[in-house]
Amino acid sequence: MIYEEPRFLVGGDRAIFVEFGDAIDPEINRRVRRLMLSLQRERVPGVVEAVPTYRSLLVYFEPRQIGTSKLRETLHLLAQRTGEHGLPQPRLIEVPTIYGGEYGPDLEFVAQHSSLSVPQVIQTHTGAPYLVYMIGFLPGFPYLGGMSPKIATPRLESPRAKVPAGSVGIAGSQTGIYPVESPGGWRLIGRTPLKLFDPGREPPGLFQAGDYLSFVGITPEEYDSTKDAVQQGTYVVKETLVA
Amino acid sequence: METFEVVQPGPLTTVQDLGRHGWQQYGVPPSGAIDDYAFRIGNVLVGNDESAASLEITLVGCQLRVLEDTVIALTGADLAPTLNGAPIPMWETFPVSRADKIAFLRLKTGCRAYLAVSGGIDVPRVMASAATCIRAGIGGFEGRALRSGDILRTVEDTPPPIRVRVPPEYRPEYGSRIELRVILGPQDDYFTGEGIRTFLRSEYTISGQADRMGCRLEGPQIQHSAEADIISDGIPLGAVQVPGNGLPIILLVDRQTTGGYTKIATVVSTEIPKLAQAKPGDKVGFRQVGDERAWIALTEEYDERILAVRRLLRGQ
Repeated sequence: MIYEEPRFLVGGDRAIFVEFGDAIDPEINRRVRRLMLSLQRERVPGVVEAVPTYRSLLVYFEPRQIGTSKLRETLHLLAQRTGEHGLPQPRLIEVPTIYGGEYGPDLEFVAQHSSLSVPQVIQTHTGAPYLVYMIGFLPGFPYLGGMSPKIATPRLESPRAKVPAGSVGIAGSQTGIYPVESPGGWRLIGRTPLKLFDPGREPPGLFQAGDYLSFVGITPEEYDSTKDAVQQGTYVVKETLVA
Repeated sequence: METFEVVQPGPLTTVQDLGRHGWQQYGVPPSGAIDDYAFRIGNVLVGNDESAASLEITLVGCQLRVLEDTVIALTGADLAPTLNGAPIPMWETFPVSRADKIAFLRLKTGCRAYLAVSGGIDVPRVMASAATCIRAGIGGFEGRALRSGDILRTVEDTPPPIRVRVPPEYRPEYGSRIELRVILGPQDDYFTGEGIRTFLRSEYTISGQADRMGCRLEGPQIQHSAEADIISDGIPLGAVQVPGNGLPIILLVDRQTTGGYTKIATVVSTEIPKLAQAKPGDKVGFRQVGDERAWIALTEEYDERILAVRRLLRGQ
């Protein structure tokens, strides 16, 4: 549900959240991205940076330059005016993924939790295109929307210390891909050989908020050959523009 | 110029500055020195810009060989630093010469020492910063922690002509128990009243899982009123995350930029240096600061301390 008025949440003495709704929803997310765009255009003095997420924008500020009441007032005003800014045209990007085995140690758990067979989980996960709602958590990590609620599975109660780069996981009703090795609490179902983050690339992330992506199941042989091509820099990412 | 050779890096020594800001929207954490107070003072001592790249030395074991005469300053944790075996005074400018050996071999107080050097460490800027982010493999020295045999270059500069030292009242004391001032929110409404009381009244212990990304605490479990998961949102510096197991994790400079666990509170930013100097086994208590004027007063106090040191040392 979209809130009638955006909510402000306190994030300590140097950050404030502007929350637009209480759900993972494309329209709520568009409001977040529009506010981000207008903040970038307006260059509000005292605003250091901002992080757009599913349903809220986290705004970092410098308290020596702007007080919270003035900041809230400014953000409130910008949020009301955001309708006038268009958003860029989205792309659909293919993500080759190997499911299960050592690449997806939690695939069986997800199947049991969903009362589905392993092939059904894979079919469900590869079925629909996902909207990239936001980039975050780690460099280049896409938070995706559009996963079937049939395979929703809660996070681990205590995160793993190490998750390999390229791991594809599920957390609650969300699915995503780990761009670099890191700790993390998502249930791992597979892995992609694509490089999601490369500081030498411009922009460094493979995806942008507002893009769509689809997972395509691959064999171990295809995984190895794609991984080699990615490492040699010869792999061409498959993408099309969405009307 | 080539100024230091890393003989032994110790458990974690990295090149840091005051952070890489503006890239969290791409998922890139700010990184930078965790104890920004000790970091800035180090640079003031050697006459650098406050954000000049320095070394962050975590716990004991780091040893460096000096390849070129220069001036350094050591601030932060007291790791019993020595020059060719004789103690190096901390919180003051200190000249070193070619072939000297600097070693940090015994933990006295704190957790992270800073070595500032005249001109600053010379590393390429990645996304406009010299800060190392190991998880992303970017910044600092080849995007990684220092290793034996690494040669560190510094920017040539005129070292400060006279030796100066920071008066004792501006040198923090690092004990084994800290109290952190916190601001409740953004998700304090996901906890029971009992859960909030547990958080504010209990003593927690810093676990062995404490690094630049975050600091996991052990102690009484904090009770959620319903679930511990939220729709992922941004994570400010100092956010106190409470996952399903009820044990708090305080997120630091190398943190994930967004995440899906409830955040009961945020540590006031000027309190982060205290946490930077706490080590596994140390105790942590939390105290609520409810009033915006009180938070601002803490920032003003921090600024005044830095300014006072600048005036005393550099007449600025």
